[in-house]
Amino acid sequence: MALVLEGVSKVVNGQTHIHPTDLELRSGTMNVLLGPTLAGKTSLMRLMAGLDVPNTGKVFWDGKDVTGMRVQDRGVAMVYQQFINYPSMTVYENIASPMRLLGKTAAEIDAAVKKAADLMKLSEMLDRKPLELSGGQQQRCALARALVKDAGLVLLDEPLANLDYKLREELRAEIPKIFEEAGSIFVYATTEPEEALLLGGNTATMWEGRITQFDKTPIVYRQPVDATTARVFSDPPMNFLNIRKSGDTLHFGDGQSAGSAGFAALPDGEYVAGFRPNHLELENRGNATLEFTGTLQVKEITGSETFVHLDHHGENWVGLIHGVKDLEIGVALKVFLDPRHVYIFAQDGTSVAPAAYATETQTATATEGLTHG
Amino acid sequence: MAKITLDNLAHSYLPNPKGEQDYALKELNHDWVDGEAYALLGSSGCGKSTLLNIISGLLHPSQGRILFDDKDVTHAPTTERNIAQVFQFPVVYDTMTVRDNLAFPLRNRGADAAYVRDRVQQIAQMIGMEEMLNRKARGLTADAKQKISLGRGMVREDVNALLFDEPLTVIDPHMKWELRTQLKSLHHEFGHTMIYVTHDQTEALTFADKVVVMYDGRVVQMGTPQELFERPEHTFVGYFIGSPGMNVLDATVSGDKAVLNGTEIALGQGFGAVSGKVELGVRPEFTTLTSGDTGLPVTVKRVEDVGRHKIVRADFNGTEINVIAEEGSSISPDANRIVFDPAGINIYADSWRVAPAGEK
Amino acid sequence: MNKTVNQKAWFLILPVLVLVAFSAVIPLMTVVNYSVQDTFGNNQFFWAGIDWFREMMASERMWDALGRQIAFSAIILAIEIPLGIFVALNMPKKGFWASFCLVLMSLPLLIPWNVVGTIWQIFGRVDIGLLGYTLDAMGIDYNYTQNFYAAWITVIVMDVWHWTSLVALLAYAGLQSIPDAYYQAAKIDQASRWAVFRFIELPKITGVLMIAILLRFMDSFMIYTEPFVVTGGGPGNSTTFLSIDLVKMALGQFDLGPAAAFSIMYYLVILLISYVFYTVMTNLDKRDGH
Repeated sequence: MALVLEGVSKVVNGQTHIHPTDLELRSGTMNVLLGPTLAGKTSLMRLMAGLDVPNTGKVFWDGKDVTGMRVQDRGVAMVYQQFINYPSMTVYENIASPMRLLGKTAAEIDAAVKKAADLMKLSEMLDRKPLELSGGQQQRCALARALVKDAGLVLLDEPLANLDYKLREELRAEIPKIFEEAGSIFVYATTEPEEALLLGGNTATMWEGRITQFDKTPIVYRQPVDATTARVFSDPPMNFLNIRKSGDTLHFGDGQSAGSAGFAALPDGEYVAGFRPNHLELENRGNATLEFTGTLQVKEITGSETFVHLDHHGENWVGLIHGVKDLEIGVALKVFLDPRHVYIFAQDGTSVAPAAYATETQTATATEGLTHG
Repeated sequence: MAKITLDNLAHSYLPNPKGEQDYALKELNHDWVDGEAYALLGSSGCGKSTLLNIISGLLHPSQGRILFDDKDVTHAPTTERNIAQVFQFPVVYDTMTVRDNLAFPLRNRGADAAYVRDRVQQIAQMIGMEEMLNRKARGLTADAKQKISLGRGMVREDVNALLFDEPLTVIDPHMKWELRTQLKSLHHEFGHTMIYVTHDQTEALTFADKVVVMYDGRVVQMGTPQELFERPEHTFVGYFIGSPGMNVLDATVSGDKAVLNGTEIALGQGFGAVSGKVELGVRPEFTTLTSGDTGLPVTVKRVEDVGRHKIVRADFNGTEINVIAEEGSSISPDANRIVFDPAGINIYADSWRVAPAGEK
Repeated sequence: MNKTVNQKAWFLILPVLVLVAFSAVIPLMTVVNYSVQDTFGNNQFFWAGIDWFREMMASERMWDALGRQIAFSAIILAIEIPLGIFVALNMPKKGFWASFCLVLMSLPLLIPWNVVGTIWQIFGRVDIGLLGYTLDAMGIDYNYTQNFYAAWITVIVMDVWHWTSLVALLAYAGLQSIPDAYYQAAKIDQASRWAVFRFIELPKITGVLMIAILLRFMDSFMIYTEPFVVTGGGPGNSTTFLSIDLVKMALGQFDLGPAAAFSIMYYLVILLISYVFYTVMTNLDKRDGH
């Protein structure tokens, strides 16, 4: 089974919310829509659900055109950022409600509710009312309701955004495990790159109403097709630098250069180099041959790591350094970078060469046979 | 700027609290140093907002005193405390321009017009909103509005403290970075006493000089991010800080050895007699996955690729142990052991940390 | 495209369409019918074209009534809106007294129009009414059946008594939706009470106030029952508002043609003013957004 969007677009009051989009989602997969607020995540979900009818394009479910079909007639379950439960019903009745509408027998309902409650760790609270529960439990109740509905398509719109950080972390780890078994298509919208990585599966990065890339999550993360995708999928944001290729050498501005073995096919000219903060180092441990100097503006210590914010010729760079470093603010700081960690983008932002390490890592992960899915 | 003293402070929302369990905030004695940045970190209901409201004067504590620079302000109203606050949702005066918003607290105090003009210009530059000064605040994005609230807090030069109540909740991840960094550099530049309430460990750790971890109405540990990371005083701190949190395993300890379900491991330090419920805590950052005969026997359940590193979820006799592995590392299919770096091991008795022999 | 599926929706609104047709459209058509014809009874009609409209446009009587009507609406809006806001600001925010005040405020709204009129008619009488008698005893010349000012003041005070609650309740609902953080921030900024009202409360209740003004305008512009019961439009024609005049014309004098023309013009005036008002207010609201 699959959900297929074919050239689907949405325009509201002359404003384009979704540009024509093609997307195919397969059953039993977790699909993350990653992008900042107003990137179009919710709009796209509404089109998938049938809450909105697209201006152009078609939606196919299992090969059948369902474009104009009402949401009630499709097998869709949705969970929102707000904890939405029926306040006057018990947790048990809340979870049972979609099955009652489907006219299931009492025994079927009871078995399904108990199972879902067990998965969501709500077994002790079945007799309580939602408002007597904590935020995390309320959202689990809403998730359980989506689960028992046995819908072919489950849409989760930033379901953990209103929860405490630590609770979010726990549910994030649980959600993929639970939904893996269910066999539906899951679509999960989030603004946080970290969440997309933890959920695994596939990721579609969204920016201004467009899907910029859709692939397996680690591939989108390590081999972004353009600078926009890289920016959306980096937290802290990716650092950028204008570079020039001439002959078989890349020039990084202040006399730094690196051999361009991997980029031999690129024509000479101006490019943009991008690299993630965690690849900046404070000392050269062998391969980090590119050396930059910037003014340290701010440092932040997380306990095990140090974030350094540098001013590099007017550009703000962020570095994430292992360990707690005692650095003086306002002073010039040397940072090092391994050329293997550098992505190269054309002036228009399209990727012309992913970082060398990325392709290697991908191969390593694939051979492990333990990839998270 | 002021030093803030919490003297014997406690609060209960009940009129006649009977026992300790009735207190939303249990007895506190702290001196908060002038010019430092503090973060109050904890999950919802831990008492951090209660404490913030007592400091801002919205709530009068049922017991104890609060002093700003040794002056008792326990019963002084908010207006007299000279504090500034940034709220969870941006609070701006919609119908005013950005300029008027920033000037508002100064004008209300009868400041000289020329001074107001210069000061507003200066603050606008600091928060990067010079070009927007003449725009109406209505219709600006959440992060721009939050910057205005921040600016309004900083515009007075005589504020005793700047309070932040989960100010980044409604901000997108990318803007969070920018705002947090800005806040940090403003603190560095002006040295305000800042108090920042949050449930997000990253925000707390990166922002504060000292993080105050709260749990169930009590301060369980106050320390630098590094102290909280390396020496969590309570298993809750170990669990709450770090992502994933500290691995906590049942153990028996004698001298410089610990036994975990029959496997003996070296602690690197000697401990005296440890009584009560004894646990060993070790962060995923201090663990390594290996194969062979040494270390704890485990089964690898799953490997999560989270970008800049991998999280390995392993099962040790029914307990989950998390291991953090480097981004490029490959996890061997026959990995079946976990070894701990002794420097990262802490021993807990009844959830509180036991200092090894010889530690100051 | 499965567009046909959606066509079913039209059947669902059919009953409402029929109902509206019978209750509004058909009577309105009857009025239009009367306004362009002349009749001498016996169901005999003669085409009159726009004569009745021309006659009404030239009628001093109608212009006088319109003037009085506008004055009345302006005065009661000028009193009820600020007073309603003032009352709302001073109502308790929560607890027993909040509910108590809400019930108290709703009471006048629950009383039927003609009863309100009767209450004030008796209340203001010099011989048996508490108000009239007291004022008279204090030596104030108060008699709404003879004195122009007394009649106007009575009608206005009655309307204010009846309808200020509505404004107050709407404003109260708007005020309740303001998060506490705004008041806290204002305290921290040392904003004056006036500044809190001007920059926090007023902007947040503009939306509901607009509805309140619109409702009160339309309602007061069509006022009939209360002044009819209290003053009967007098003394003289001093409280003869548009609707009273209209009824006098249609049922008192049986001038159906002019009355029909009058009501159509009346209807258009209300529509026009409401539309202009609504457009101006929504534009004001939007102007500095986005």
